Amino acid sequence: MVRRIRAFGAFWYDFVVGDDWVVAVGVVIGLALTYALSRTAVPAWWLLPLVLALLLPFSLWRAARKR
Amino acid sequence: MGSGALFIAVFLACVVEAVEATTIVLAAGTARDWRSATSGMVGALAVLAIVVAALGPAVSALPLHALRLVVGALLLVFGLQWLRKAILRASGRKALHDEDKIFAEQLATAASQARRRAGLVPDWYGFTLSFKGVLLEGLEVVFIVLTFGANQHDIGLAAIAGACAVAVVAAVGVAIRSPLTRVPENSMKFVVGIMLAAFGTFWGAEGAGAHWPGADAALLVLIPAIAVFALGLVALMRRNAADPGRQETAVPAAASAAGKGS
Repeated sequence: MVRRIRAFGAFWYDFVVGDDWVVAVGVVIGLALTYALSRTAVPAWWLLPLVLALLLPFSLWRAARKR
Repeated sequence: MGSGALFIAVFLACVVEAVEATTIVLAAGTARDWRSATSGMVGALAVLAIVVAALGPAVSALPLHALRLVVGALLLVFGLQWLRKAILRASGRKALHDEDKIFAEQLATAASQARRRAGLVPDWYGFTLSFKGVLLEGLEVVFIVLTFGANQHDIGLAAIAGACAVAVVAAVGVAIRSPLTRVPENSMKFVVGIMLAAFGTFWGAEGAGAHWPGADAALLVLIPAIAVFALGLVALMRRNAADPGRQETAVPAAASAAGKGS
């Protein structure tokens, strides 16, 4: 039973998070910051593209370093 | 996003998943038993249809902001993972997705397993191999159909696009009974990664309360900008692969440069 629950959890982790957990954490932080910024008078639309532009090369750098 | 763009985005994403599922079903049918493989595929499609029927109305009933926030987050994570793999493949740092090789490996594994009958299924291994393959790849298709469809208030059109993709790939797979190696899968994954990342960024930011300049037209800037950025990273990583001494420092440098650029 425990093994099945673990396998179920592992499947969803792999399905949602994938190979690099940093990407998932980075996206959640980016969305939280966007929400916080949207509560102020400052435009918030630019933050998530910036997060993407930082996260993707960082994730690639981590992958390249592992290989 | 117009109906045409919705159809194309969902169709392309679903073709990629359908090609992978077809390879598994073909391997199960060729190495084991066609009846069991087909039963597995039909069983998985039935489960997926139930999932769509159950989740479709539930997803549509969610408030648009909450839906866009959750869907945007997931699409952005998926898109970045797809793009990451596509860039690693395009720059020669990861082996290209090769349906022929995957088919040969699955054929060898499937052929080595003992045959066991279970009820009406002549070969249980062939059935489960096909069932699991179609179900797992199909879940991604279902996710794409539901999220794109719900966000555009047109799950019907998204479902038709997904069904068309599955039908076209399945028909070609059955006709030629070999892996669909001529489908430019690596290039398509690159394009789908860009689209998932762009829509994820757009909907995620909107769901979090941001307002895009130009509203939906912002996507017309976002998609090409991410494409150019990704292609730039491919070029950079190729150059670093040719000159390993620069590898440790060049990619983070690109990250900061790109951040200023966007």
